[in-house]
Amino acid sequence: MSLELSMHTRPQVPLEAELLGPDKTLGLDSKAVSGLQIQHGNEQVTVGDFFKVKGKGEGAIHLEGDLARVKLLGSGMTTGKLHIHGDVGEHLGVGMSGGEITVDGNAGDWVGPEMAGGRIVIKGNAKHLAGSAYRGSAAGMLGGEIFIHGHAKNEIGHGMRNGLIVIGGNAGDFTGVNMLAGTIVVLGEMGIRSGAGMKRGSIITMNPAEMLPTFSYDCIYHPVYLRLLFRALRTQGFNISDAKLTGKYQRWSGDSVELNKGEILVFTP
Amino acid sequence: MKIKSTDIADTFAEAFKMWASRVVITAETRQWAMAAARSMTGFATSVIGCKCEAGIERELSADVTPDQRPGVSVLIFATDAEGLGKRLVERIGQCVMTCPTTACFNGLDAERTVMVGGQLRYFGDGYQNSKQIQHRRYWRIPVMDGEFIVDESFALQPAVGGGNILIIGRDLKTTLRAANASTKAMREIAGVILPFPDGVVRSGSKVGSKYKTLIASTNDAYCPTLRGIAPESNVVDGANCVLEIVIDGLDVDAVSRAMQAGLHAAIKPGIKQITAGNYGGNLGQFKIQLKDLLEEAA
Repeated sequence: MSLELSMHTRPQVPLEAELLGPDKTLGLDSKAVSGLQIQHGNEQVTVGDFFKVKGKGEGAIHLEGDLARVKLLGSGMTTGKLHIHGDVGEHLGVGMSGGEITVDGNAGDWVGPEMAGGRIVIKGNAKHLAGSAYRGSAAGMLGGEIFIHGHAKNEIGHGMRNGLIVIGGNAGDFTGVNMLAGTIVVLGEMGIRSGAGMKRGSIITMNPAEMLPTFSYDCIYHPVYLRLLFRALRTQGFNISDAKLTGKYQRWSGDSVELNKGEILVFTP
Repeated sequence: MKIKSTDIADTFAEAFKMWASRVVITAETRQWAMAAARSMTGFATSVIGCKCEAGIERELSADVTPDQRPGVSVLIFATDAEGLGKRLVERIGQCVMTCPTTACFNGLDAERTVMVGGQLRYFGDGYQNSKQIQHRRYWRIPVMDGEFIVDESFALQPAVGGGNILIIGRDLKTTLRAANASTKAMREIAGVILPFPDGVVRSGSKVGSKYKTLIASTNDAYCPTLRGIAPESNVVDGANCVLEIVIDGLDVDAVSRAMQAGLHAAIKPGIKQITAGNYGGNLGQFKIQLKDLLEEAA
């Protein structure tokens, strides 16, 4: 049986629930989970102060209610499943290395910052800095997958070193800024200054994009690896047409202010 | 045992343990996939002289290949895993990467693997990069028509080489026709290849030679021109031509089924005898009895 947490009291200030992960609650019964200490603003509270808890920790957690003010869910997660039936707050899955987090609604800033493995699926929109490095950190996302089916805001994949981020809708500005490696796919439109400062890695977009002057145009070609990638993304529920799967892409190399081994691929109908 | 007018010898094919890998080659068109496959399987008839044996297993339609392009499945065999790894790197590097529009994928699921794309990547001279998609790492190597995509590693599995039948016929035309029918039937079996030209070999060999430097020499017992002078001739009365079909497969069951299909297809008027090559059972790890194949079919 999985753990089921239903929010009965909406927090007035952010609730820091980093202890709520399937691995950290493994083997705990509902009473033990209710008694876990979490931070509510500047005071310590228990999980039971905000959630009604049912079941036992056996590797899966279901959370219900308006969790837009609940931060740090699934922090450092290594295994199991965390399913959020609604919206969720900031810093979801920070530093996670395994398991899967699914959010049926929208997510706040900092989805999967510095995560190293596992998968985060956001069925709605996400705000800024998904898969990014914290300010001052050397690298952002180190591995794993972030699938955002809606839109995302600025600095997606800031400093990412590895892994895959897919945005089903539009992305804001500075997508892949300071990227070290990895792959970002934007199926909608992309804002300005994409790939600024990128060393390696790939940014793929389905719509015309404004290139920085430090990117150089290479060619139009058919990247075979996109066929493999897009077929995999279709299995994750992303709607990618055959035309895009088999189509031509402009290739731009950059950023020449850095290593210049990154690429931006732009679908060319 | 006689079926129609063809005698089936009471003997066995002696087959050997080998290592195999399956390589899936895709390309923009069937023509280019086949061109790469033909090139990769060229000069790969016998481990004796070619270090490996390889052949085209089957064509693949676009809906079953990893990148949804037309493809060809190639099986390659060698006597040891280390050697097979080297052959994969050589042949994929020289025959597949060089062919326009191709990509190259591992087609087996086995525990033992060898780095192929992980070695070929250095051809990219620092411009190569890799992508991990669904737990598989692919290398993207820049080439003059775009990129060559290749799996980082390919799986190797224990396999069986040297299954065979010998078709002994009245004359060349009759024996060729029977051999063609036999190879056609064998190609319907998954997991096998026929490494010789169009599946047929005329220069069957025996172990050793009067010349000390040679490890194999012509199988004089089956040469019609030597019937009168060879120490022992197996060319039956009324026969003037012998052709052999060699089968390598991913397991002994696949080899047996291919032999069975080929044996039955080769039974035609003018085919005097169908037999199999062996070394007295002293060398190979597998003995495939022809009578067992007939019994299974019955």
